[in-house]
Amino acid sequence: MIDITGRVWSVWRRNRDAFLKTYRVNFIPPFVEPVLYLLALGFGLGTYIESVDGIPYPVFIAPALVSISVMYSSFFECTYSSFVRMYYQKTFDAIIATPVSIDEVIAGEMFWGATRGMIYAALMLPVLLLFGVVAMPSSLLLIPFAYLAGLLFATIGMCFTAITPGIDALNYPAFLFITPMFLFSGTFFPLDLLPEPIRYFALAVLPLTHVVSINRAITLPAFAPANLISLAWIAVATAFFFVLAIRLMRRRLIV
Amino acid sequence: MKMIQCISPKTGGTLEVLGMDVDTRQREIKGRLGVVPQENNLDPDFSAYQNLLIYARYFGIPKREAERRAEELLTFMQLEEKRDVLIDRLSGGMRRRLIVARALINAPELLILDEPTVGLDPQARHLIWEKLRSLRAEGNTLVLTTHYLDEAERLCDRLVIMDHAKILVEGAPADLIREHAGSNVVEAERTPAVLTCLDEFGLDYDLAGGAIQVFTDHPHDVARELLETCRHEAVTVRPATLEDVFLRLTGRSLRE
Repeated sequence: MIDITGRVWSVWRRNRDAFLKTYRVNFIPPFVEPVLYLLALGFGLGTYIESVDGIPYPVFIAPALVSISVMYSSFFECTYSSFVRMYYQKTFDAIIATPVSIDEVIAGEMFWGATRGMIYAALMLPVLLLFGVVAMPSSLLLIPFAYLAGLLFATIGMCFTAITPGIDALNYPAFLFITPMFLFSGTFFPLDLLPEPIRYFALAVLPLTHVVSINRAITLPAFAPANLISLAWIAVATAFFFVLAIRLMRRRLIV
Repeated sequence: MKMIQCISPKTGGTLEVLGMDVDTRQREIKGRLGVVPQENNLDPDFSAYQNLLIYARYFGIPKREAERRAEELLTFMQLEEKRDVLIDRLSGGMRRRLIVARALINAPELLILDEPTVGLDPQARHLIWEKLRSLRAEGNTLVLTTHYLDEAERLCDRLVIMDHAKILVEGAPADLIREHAGSNVVEAERTPAVLTCLDEFGLDYDLAGGAIQVFTDHPHDVARELLETCRHEAVTVRPATLEDVFLRLTGRSLRE
């Protein structure tokens, strides 16, 4: 049984307030990142690539940039940042002395991680529009979908946070899971180029592949039935990791 | 302590806090408790005032009410000047005071304090004691654990001395002292002469390192014997304290 009431939002609001206090720093990455990637990869490297499957290269990578940004912001929020709050700042200990339950603390952290991903997607959208690499109005869907995608990465991140012995060990998932995903999820080249077994492997275990394919369908726009499979994959995985994260965290924190 | 706070699961037996079972009514219990934890877990991302407001939110206290209480508590704990200062910039004593203020944000029926003045300088300790005494005077119930026996002696109406998870004695500090140590302690240097002298009078004594302690209700007689009959020079008489009781009951060996 998972014990979650409306009090979960008091945890979410704590993180939102902390985020807004340092908004100047927090708002830089979503503006700068897409510009750098689009200039370097899209218009630099992209000069040698006329098109990918008939799509101009900057247009091909634009949805991937949003996906990557959502992945990074949500995953790192619920790994390094949550770990600092849990272990160094003892924020969780302080909260569970109040009527807020441990489940609500963890869920609130994950909902916030997802929200952060959504904020980043929303901030990137105008930059991408400026470059003319995403279509409107379908691209507005990037924002709500970023919440779902963000929740997926937040819940996965929280599972690692629950089992990590220390903050340094969080580098393992960052380098061995997140970085390969960044490169091999149909982000900068189509999945079709991968040898078949690896492609199926990527679709089965790299969540970013599904996020990129949905975001690409949104920005082009070009929806296909396969998107529904991706959506289902994300929904099931999110529910699974959500419950798993709470269970692992209970095991870690209830002593 | 953590079981009372409904943070750790109960290991056995039955436990009720404010008449409620800790297994089934955790939220209600936690809503009516105030907790001053041993380690500082104030939120370093926020100022003193914001710490109180954010904590109030966890209790579901409406914003207006929370603001009013936060201002009141900052004044009560003499932290008004530090209202907008981040936690990192507060001294140890101020942080402790802020934690006490935070524990009071929900107007608790029971305040639990785990070593409230550990590591503080004398001024800071006295200020906290003063505040705790005024809370007590207003009719609040305080439960505190401490290793400082002077603190227990000053603050407690009723106290329990525990050792290795067993209750040794229970009662009011003054009664415990009278019962287990006598009114006064006569201390003298530990020399063979003094030992023979005391044996002659048939007085009981305790050995405390390089000193000899005689617990007695007749300190003057004992001191006179030592000074005059035995011609011993370094003799001190002082009132017995809770620390004497504690050491007599639990022994002098180090507990790791």
